[in-house]
Amino acid sequence: MPTFVRTDKCDGCKGQDKTACMYICPHDLMKLDKDGSETGHAMKAFNQEPEQCWECYSCVKICPQQAIEVRHYADVVPLGGSVQPLRGSDSIMWTIKFRNGVLKRFKFPIRTTPEGSIDCYGGKPEASMANVTKSGFFNQMNGYRAGNPAELIRK
Amino acid sequence: MSGTFENPEVVQEEVDILLIGGGMACCGAAYEIMRWADAAKRENGVDLKIKLVDKAAMDRSGAVAQGLSAINTYIGDAQDPADYARMVSNDLMGITRDDLAYDVGRHVDESVHLFEEWGLPIWKTDEAGERHDGSVDMPKLKDGGKPVRSGKWQIMINGESYKWIVAEAAKKALGMDRIQERIFIVKLVNDKNDKNRIAGAVGFSVRDNKVVVYKAKAILLAAGGCVNLFRPRSVGEGQGRAWYPVWNAGSTYTMAAEAGAELTMMENRFVPARFKDGYGPVGAWFLLFKAQATNANGEVYMVKNKEMLNDYPPYGQAAVPASCLRNHLMLKEMKEGRGPIYMDTVTALAKLRETLSPREVKHLEAEAWEDFLDMCVGQCGIWVGENIEPEKKNSELMPTEPYLLGSHSGCCGIWTSGPEDVGAPTDETAAGVPAHLPKGWNWGYRGMTTVKGLFTAGDGVGASGHKFSSGSHAEGRLAAKSMVKYCIDNKDMSVELDTPADQLVAEIYKPVRNYLEFKDYSTAIDVNPNYITPKMLQFRLQKIMDEYVAGVATYYTTNDKMLAVASEKLDMLKEDAEKMRAKDLHELLRAWENYHRILTAEAHMKHILFREESRYPGFYYRMDKNFVDEENWKCFVNSIYDKTTKQWTCFKRAHVDLVDKTKLFKPAAH
Repeated sequence: MPTFVRTDKCDGCKGQDKTACMYICPHDLMKLDKDGSETGHAMKAFNQEPEQCWECYSCVKICPQQAIEVRHYADVVPLGGSVQPLRGSDSIMWTIKFRNGVLKRFKFPIRTTPEGSIDCYGGKPEASMANVTKSGFFNQMNGYRAGNPAELIRK
Repeated sequence: MSGTFENPEVVQEEVDILLIGGGMACCGAAYEIMRWADAAKRENGVDLKIKLVDKAAMDRSGAVAQGLSAINTYIGDAQDPADYARMVSNDLMGITRDDLAYDVGRHVDESVHLFEEWGLPIWKTDEAGERHDGSVDMPKLKDGGKPVRSGKWQIMINGESYKWIVAEAAKKALGMDRIQERIFIVKLVNDKNDKNRIAGAVGFSVRDNKVVVYKAKAILLAAGGCVNLFRPRSVGEGQGRAWYPVWNAGSTYTMAAEAGAELTMMENRFVPARFKDGYGPVGAWFLLFKAQATNANGEVYMVKNKEMLNDYPPYGQAAVPASCLRNHLMLKEMKEGRGPIYMDTVTALAKLRETLSPREVKHLEAEAWEDFLDMCVGQCGIWVGENIEPEKKNSELMPTEPYLLGSHSGCCGIWTSGPEDVGAPTDETAAGVPAHLPKGWNWGYRGMTTVKGLFTAGDGVGASGHKFSSGSHAEGRLAAKSMVKYCIDNKDMSVELDTPADQLVAEIYKPVRNYLEFKDYSTAIDVNPNYITPKMLQFRLQKIMDEYVAGVATYYTTNDKMLAVASEKLDMLKEDAEKMRAKDLHELLRAWENYHRILTAEAHMKHILFREESRYPGFYYRMDKNFVDEENWKCFVNSIYDKTTKQWTCFKRAHVDLVDKTKLFKPAAH
């Protein structure tokens, strides 16, 4: 179920050593064809092992040129449909085109805080070694469920 | 000094704690560990060196890479961790570790509350009962906000960026100088002076010609479950559309086994019944939209075949029968020719529309699509290609190929030390447990395996399924705490690798050498009697597992004789794995992933053979022992592997309940 890269849009991430799609693919599928010897298209990326593609869309979402799309797997799916996202900083827009031409659009939130804004230990206590063998984490946010002791029948 | 493909650079590094993996479990560990490491420095004067290595990029690695539409484990303040441990037990046919499940149950909501603080949008219900997206400003869960329950334990989220958010916190906590991405660890190394202690790990960069040799006192091994060890239903381009992530290669189980760690319940597998071909999630359809699954004639097989549940007391008699039994009832319809099986989306949506306003109907449609778009876009690909609009046309359901995992609805994995305060056994009553292994269910450090210094979490922890994303994160945090404690307790200990670095490097790059030595022998690069491509080796593994070890080809059936044939074939496959070739670093990655798959598959086969019953009807059937035998087999099946003789030893461990399971079969307390 492979992704494909459009020759008219991919710029090889402007000649950097590593493209965004190579950086992100969880399965090491995207590859930059530096000299065109593998695809005939120099300095453009391609999916080097399409039958291993999970269709997770990580590369599609991260591509700065929107050069990556998905042609749903040819051994299973009839041609003609497409599912294409545009991922922003707080939401994602999906354009969904059916084989018969029906078109749907959806927008969903993806996060409620600005990207890069997480202050992971801000306002949180230090850990204390006195607690290291006790149950619970270094901090508590009303989520620890102590449980009814009577439920533990062997204790 | 940069290496070449022929002669890679060797980088040796010594750390105190090494985290292997970048998924939910290791992100949890990364977050929790720095706080305890700071305390260790402040209070104990111990300055711990910590490193995380991930074979991919943390922003999108692990099982949550694509996103999720729900968090499947959120206890809430109205349920007890004991209720959770009961549910886990029943879904896995009675054989789970209550201590581990209970411990996840009491901790897991802490992680969910963090996710919300970091920016994960969580759906909420208002006072009128209407559902709202997580972007609407409503009280947070920690302040009493009401989540949208799609089931007793599940809450709905707008989770496209779930992993991205969790990784951001983990990366910030650790700092990028403690993280190395695109490093694939392929082997653990034991201590020269104590073979039951961990001393390090070795792997390679999938970007540069570089082998890494880490020495470490403590290691967290959390590298996911195992996918594509069985022949998948789609074998062309669609082969990658596995239900669980295709990059989960059994690395956790194989590396632990080779290091001598005791595995548990490796006979367990998960065969999810999902939307056919795209493997889209069914949970929201069943639980939120109240859809029913039917045979081709529109008959609801869970009703029609409900008598079959009585064959498996008490597990069939709970309010929610075990997942495998639901498959069991579905398979009857398929085998007797009443397929296809359908999810009746048309009736469900029509019913919901009767009571909703047009605005709510529009929201409902978006919810249905988001369920797939957040976590399984591929299913939308099927729907658009086949012109399926769920309000107009029903979709087929199908049980998938088998998967091995410990965090979702499965419980294979590593035998792990649990909490000490919940009444777990401290002795072992079953005979035949090798003498060097611990006796009870806890041996000093929560999350530690039976190898000293080797910890695990998430898919790695066996006998406690249904942790899912949030539980895996919490489990990583629990392991992080104990690893810091372990390092303080052993601060003067030094470990030594039991194998010289040059020998480890040679082993790792063997597929490269096989290629370079023989590549000019034949004109066609892939056909050569001196080596086998990782791809063909994987096909061979999948064929063996599918045809002899209860894959889809035999409707999940096998018997002792078929397993014996599989055993012989796997022996030869293991030998041939030595002849795998790698023509580039990408293929070296595949070579080692497939090696990990083979050993995981072998463990699965050996455990099924040892357990003389069919504990999981609907997931697999041993036709020579086609029954559940509570008297003799309500016990754990555990094993150890000897990497020198390449042999497995399987044995029983006694099972006990720490919470009262009979409550499952009474009217629900909540």
